Amino acid sequence: MIWNEKMETMPLADLKNLQSERLVKLVNYVYQRCPVYKQKFDQIGVGPGDIKSIDDIVKLPFTTKMDMRDYYPFGLFSVPRTDLVEIHVSSGTTGNPTLVGYTRDDIKLWSEVMARAFCCAGAVPEDTIQIAYGYGLFTGGLGAHYGALEMGMTIIPTSSGQTKRQLKIMQDFKPRILACTPSYCLYMAEDAREMGIDPRQASWKIGVFGAEPWSESMRGEIEQTWNMLATDIYGLSEIIGPGVSQECHHKAGLHLFSDVFYPEIIDPETGKPVPEGHDGELVITTLTKQGVPLIRYRTRDIVSMTYQPCKCGRTSPRTSKIKGRTDDMIVVRGINVFPSQIEHVLLGIEGTHPHYQLVIDRQAHRLDDVEIMVEVDEKLFSDEIKKMHALEQKIKKEIEAVLSIGVTVKLVEPKTIARSEGKAKRVIDKRAL
Amino acid sequence: MKLTQISVFLENRKGRLYEICSRLGQSGINIRALTIAETETFGVLRLIVDKPDAAVKMFQQNNITANRTEVVAVEVPDKPGGLADVLKVLTDADVNVEYMYGFMEKFSDKALMVFRFDDPERAATVLASAGVHVVTRKDIQGL
Repeated sequence: MIWNEKMETMPLADLKNLQSERLVKLVNYVYQRCPVYKQKFDQIGVGPGDIKSIDDIVKLPFTTKMDMRDYYPFGLFSVPRTDLVEIHVSSGTTGNPTLVGYTRDDIKLWSEVMARAFCCAGAVPEDTIQIAYGYGLFTGGLGAHYGALEMGMTIIPTSSGQTKRQLKIMQDFKPRILACTPSYCLYMAEDAREMGIDPRQASWKIGVFGAEPWSESMRGEIEQTWNMLATDIYGLSEIIGPGVSQECHHKAGLHLFSDVFYPEIIDPETGKPVPEGHDGELVITTLTKQGVPLIRYRTRDIVSMTYQPCKCGRTSPRTSKIKGRTDDMIVVRGINVFPSQIEHVLLGIEGTHPHYQLVIDRQAHRLDDVEIMVEVDEKLFSDEIKKMHALEQKIKKEIEAVLSIGVTVKLVEPKTIARSEGKAKRVIDKRAL
Repeated sequence: MKLTQISVFLENRKGRLYEICSRLGQSGINIRALTIAETETFGVLRLIVDKPDAAVKMFQQNNITANRTEVVAVEVPDKPGGLADVLKVLTDADVNVEYMYGFMEKFSDKALMVFRFDDPERAATVLASAGVHVVTRKDIQGL
């Protein structure tokens, strides 16, 4: 079923009118309410009067992750804090984390787009859904929760972890829908077999998987292992959390809910739009958000996009799966990791600046492994094994505290980490994404 | 009273120990005593050599992580209970041994042992005043 037939199947001409109307309103709204935006607009000499249709959006300045950090915590907010009903925080790089705030209407919007996403994946209100995304500051769990609640599904809010319990619940309550990260879904298959459960007999028939990049081959593996339909969901906390776009059962790109999130695909170097179907950076404007509306937010995700209608009847543009990033961010188990975070930790240990390398690997049916190789120089080295172990543990603990994921640390000899043109390659991503 | 031990960081991989030893050989540096402490992923090679300064220089030039540690070498009577007697002196004086290992050669009928202490100065004094012969750098070079 299509959750919001009117919006999701609107003819493109009508959709454009709606987007234009909403953009004009948004620009006035942020210009009056958010001093940071007023200043950004004034700086390039553009005002609310210059924006008459959605096509004028290119006149507006971009908003970047850097802005989110520079104006942390409340600089980009367009409402007084008392109007917020919920706040989410995502891990930042070395500096400030990213903070987003929702008004009551923003939560309604989130519920709406997540309901659209679940329906798009094939869920119906009579379904039971197991939500195994983490509940908490991470937007995954609660976002899925709000959407399922809006739809009227029966929710089992298991959150992430405790795999055997997840499987027991699956067997006892027979949910047809599963929402979690794709790697966690595969990971659960191992435990299922240990418990004597045949994954192909599981009650889950539709998976809504996101929060980390994954490939067609991984989709094939999930569908084969669990005998279920595996769909991709996309989102980012700056925009709303999950629920920006979602695949339908045709698995032909992710439907981006463009009546509320206006997408542009640009050349990350020039900032100019790229032709339809070409790869570029996804830029999103939140047309109707109130708390922290963002103008032309640069997601740094590389995708391509098409306006060709989909067989499912939805008219919204569809993006490809994420093909890459414009920065060095990597997503591991749903957590954003920047190499600079590791650098920062190492710098804090004995004041050294050792060479390091991040190796990310995904064994079959396993969660992503992160290994951090650190070159041991004279300053770090001790003839006593217990001191070396203590060093290893210290690096491990501090990195884990910053990244919020488990890592292994391996001490290696100097010059073992490959350098190209004097610069070490910081990240080796061995995952078959 | 104290000797310089060279400690070398070693990754656990095939041929690495050979590389280190052959470099020492090429530089005309003779190994007097050695021990390896190993973990799952790395090891620490501890060496007493005849020319420690030259050894450190050579390691630095070849990007091999190495450092110096002061250790105490003592003569231990080569008979049952010989080592225990020496350790008793240390225990009575409340001196903790971090690790220890033996020399390959000896210059009398006594065995030669290398001790790593937290406070080598004090340990050497304790041992010497108990009549234990603490080996000097010169003794080693004479081997």
